[in-house]
Amino acid sequence: MSLDAATIRRIATLARIRVEDHELTSLAAELNGILGWIEQLNEVNVDGIEPLTGAQQMALKMREDDVTDGGYPEKVLANAPDRAGSFYAVPKVVE
Amino acid sequence: MGYAIKGSTGVWEVVVGLEVHAQVISRAKLFSGAATDFGAPPNTQVSFVDAAFPGMLPVINRECVAQAVRTGLGLNSQIHLVSRFDRKNYFYADLPAGYQISQYQHPIVGEGRIEIELADGSTREIGITRLHLEQDAGKSLHDRHPTKSYIDLNRAGVALMEIVSEPDIRSPEEAGAYLRKLRTILRYLGTCDGNMEEGSMRADVNVSVRRHGEPYRTRCEVKNVNSVRFVMQAIEAEAKRQIEVWESGSAVEQETRLFDPAQGSTRSMRSKEDAHDYRYFPDPDLLPLVLDEAWVAELKAKLPELPDAKKRRFMQEYGLPAYDAGVLVAEQATADYYEAVAKGRDTKIAANWVMGDLFAALNRAGRTIADSPIPASSLGKLLDLIADNTISGRIAKDVFEAMVESGEDPATLVERKGLRQVTDLGAIEGVIEGVLAANADKVAEYKSGREKLFGFFVGQVMKAMSGKGNPALVNEALRRKLT
Repeated sequence: MSLDAATIRRIATLARIRVEDHELTSLAAELNGILGWIEQLNEVNVDGIEPLTGAQQMALKMREDDVTDGGYPEKVLANAPDRAGSFYAVPKVVE
Repeated sequence: MGYAIKGSTGVWEVVVGLEVHAQVISRAKLFSGAATDFGAPPNTQVSFVDAAFPGMLPVINRECVAQAVRTGLGLNSQIHLVSRFDRKNYFYADLPAGYQISQYQHPIVGEGRIEIELADGSTREIGITRLHLEQDAGKSLHDRHPTKSYIDLNRAGVALMEIVSEPDIRSPEEAGAYLRKLRTILRYLGTCDGNMEEGSMRADVNVSVRRHGEPYRTRCEVKNVNSVRFVMQAIEAEAKRQIEVWESGSAVEQETRLFDPAQGSTRSMRSKEDAHDYRYFPDPDLLPLVLDEAWVAELKAKLPELPDAKKRRFMQEYGLPAYDAGVLVAEQATADYYEAVAKGRDTKIAANWVMGDLFAALNRAGRTIADSPIPASSLGKLLDLIADNTISGRIAKDVFEAMVESGEDPATLVERKGLRQVTDLGAIEGVIEGVLAANADKVAEYKSGREKLFGFFVGQVMKAMSGKGNPALVNEALRRKLT
């Protein structure tokens, strides 16, 4: 697998990361290196093995339907770059 | 021949599938312990999980899972004992994690079906493709500031069920019937309040058109339509637009559109072009959701009687026509009210009073059956007073109106206002003699063959008795006197 410059640009756009044109070549090389390394996993034979369901499968733990959290808007908003009253304020995003 | 739209080159069939987002009724959120109540001050029902603080882990709410299972059972669907959560990635200010936890490849509920009833009395089955659990997003307010949007995360992380139908719907009417039926089932189950105005039930509408017998053509998705009426309007508007596109020689492009109720038309949402690249992958924070078969069976055993079963029972047990039974079971509260009134009484008379006088009174007062000014027990007592001849059916209407006003017990009202029916034959005959004497000319006419005048005499006698004469006795005595 190999990523071209257009694909890199698209991934960056989806992740809202700004990438300058001169960075594309080096980024492509880095990402291709990572992908190539992970692609080694394809050499493992997984015929007949269900994803995520091994012999000793653990299941999701569940919580009771009780209100045990929330009620601390100041803590939630503590790191907000901008706020208005108890709202987060962000640059206008409207369709 | 079903619903079709006539274009300039012939007749077109409409193909519709609906995706309904239904907010789950639960105290806490799907993956956090924050509250779900509607209308709390901004960001007061938000935990660090909901605000996507680093290192916070989701833990699933058992009740939300139970609600999804109940809904699946109510939609006659397959329950998947193993399902999985995936991350749906997109960037938006009211989605703090940058992804929504959803179920993509392995939903908790699989195929099912519901039956819808149409105005002509016919029924159709609409297939359910799947139901999955996911998180709601927060709420953005765009109208409070000229250059900023305000974000409230109270709704972020509340559990939603996305219920996807097969493209089995063929007309706006069927879409409306499907939504209403789905809403009724959800409300019976107590899994969603079905309130489209408050946004706890929202629909995305997939529309395409084709010639009869053709395979499906390209569809468009009309997003976030928030009332049954708008869904029906959006389907018609979008179908007509697509027919024009095809007939002009172009091709419909698959895209997301918005319905504008004021214009009665749909428009493209071009800015969402990238949004469909959701890059789903299994959420590494969550193990597979594994359900115990015995637990599912337990939930199934505790399901309430659902609308279809209740309707059949009303038809069999109470001898009601399908239409009446359908109206009475549409809301569980109405069905309960009716059963309380009908118990031990004439079931058809009870149905007529509930669907006629009571519904009219509730409409006038802008109230629902749950806060009816007349409890079922009082309406029942009123029917008893008719059945035992204490009052006539005619007087009962007046008593009913007085009950709406004062909330008084019907027997008390009848006594206080002196509305008890006169069954004393002597008294009735006395009044009749007076009426006949005062209308000697009409008596002569009647006897010479104008039998229609009988009604006039009945009216005069009843008027003289302030409507309190027993109608059967008045009729009988009049006939005797006039021959």
